[in-house]
Amino acid sequence: MKKLSKRGAFALLATLAAPVVAQTSDAEREAWMQAQQRKAAQAMRASAAGSAAVAPEPGAGQDQAAWMPDLGKLIATGGVIQVEGAGGGGLTPWALITGYGTRDSYGANAHYTYLSTQDYTLKSYGVAVGLMDRVELSLAKQEFYGSLAPLADLKITQDIVGLKVKVAGDAVYDQDRWLPQISVGAMFKHNNGISGLGAVTSVKQLGAASDAGIDYYLSATKLLLAQSLLLNGTLRLTKANQMGLLGFGGDLNDRYQAMGEFSAAYMINRKLALGVEYRMKPRNLAADHEKDYYDAFLAWFPGKNLSMTLAYVALGDITVYNPKRQRGVYLSLQAGF
Amino acid sequence: MINFRMKQAATALVLAFTLGVAHAQTAAVPDDSLFRDLGGLPVIQQVVDDFMSNMLADTRIAHTFKDSNIKRVKDKLVEQFCQLSGGGCVYTGDPMREVHQGLKLSNADFNALVEDLQLAMDKNGIPSRTQNRLLALLAPMQRETVSR
Repeated sequence: MKKLSKRGAFALLATLAAPVVAQTSDAEREAWMQAQQRKAAQAMRASAAGSAAVAPEPGAGQDQAAWMPDLGKLIATGGVIQVEGAGGGGLTPWALITGYGTRDSYGANAHYTYLSTQDYTLKSYGVAVGLMDRVELSLAKQEFYGSLAPLADLKITQDIVGLKVKVAGDAVYDQDRWLPQISVGAMFKHNNGISGLGAVTSVKQLGAASDAGIDYYLSATKLLLAQSLLLNGTLRLTKANQMGLLGFGGDLNDRYQAMGEFSAAYMINRKLALGVEYRMKPRNLAADHEKDYYDAFLAWFPGKNLSMTLAYVALGDITVYNPKRQRGVYLSLQAGF
Repeated sequence: MINFRMKQAATALVLAFTLGVAHAQTAAVPDDSLFRDLGGLPVIQQVVDDFMSNMLADTRIAHTFKDSNIKRVKDKLVEQFCQLSGGGCVYTGDPMREVHQGLKLSNADFNALVEDLQLAMDKNGIPSRTQNRLLALLAPMQRETVSR
């Protein structure tokens, strides 16, 4: 089961990455450029021929390919994919809409994230689609594994469906205004249960009130281009324990609580960003003295089809059964357009 | 008590004076640090030269210049970049909205132009943080130039 899903993730990634890798080869790029030039020349001829009859629209040649993704946003301005599948940083969703589609087009990203601490491993993979630079839909699966007895065979999985809508501002163009780009979002999470822990098969047995829950959030992203700085603040209403891996609500608290999440990134250049994040967490379970998460990351955008995030993460101790503060490495790969 | 109030008043006075001087100074000597960081007029001219070459070779937006006097566009761009960066030039071209109306430019077109400018600045050795300072001044022009 474990092997199968791992293979599945790699297959998905390989399928998505294949055209990307192919596209980056020089021959392919040249062929594409030539095709574009032919298209432009054709459009120019067409407009020259038709200029007497009907005033042609500039760029009419592009209209026939209007259904093609335009890759029109500037590099890195779609962010990366965070650990729950939404466009953002590493731990936190941002107000940016994933992918490189402008408001006239669309974009998408597939991600595979591997997070490993002393005693646990978290894998996340999924796809996210950005529509008209306005709406983002995401699907993600999280798999959480233990590697230290008595949790050595532990496995918990969770499905997350995300929806995000940009409601105001533009992070890139509004350089003369204080208004950040603002988005609202929701994450619909369903915990699929626990295996490898004997009689414990549900998060409810660990004290959670439910195995499903919805996070609601509001994100504000401000790009301070003159300072090469990106700032994000997210306010999340949540009941989720360890993002939902340990269920929703609990014996200590079963109400929605507002949690702040903060990110700051310095753009070393347009392909490289260095940043930090902090994510507050609720404490709903007697069996888990849940801690806030934080990380320091380096995101690399070699091109619009590919990005990689490397981070150092601190997750705190996870459940009373292992009091060790968990720290480790976070590696995420995104492929898309 | 009186002593405290006097101190407060003195502080306020000093503060007002400092701010006043600071204000007067900014009014008298405009900040030309970006202009200097870009490398002054010769580098700006070279950047604009490369920028225009990039755009004319860029199949995404080359067609938007088919009715343009390229020499004039370049001159106006130099004036504009020089003025924006505090170099003391005056932009004598037509208002941005007027220049671009009818072209029906999209955000993708605007961003293609930005990418061509970034490559031109790369070529002339302008560091990323300096590039971004200029781009921060140009970015809001999206509202005046994009009409589609």
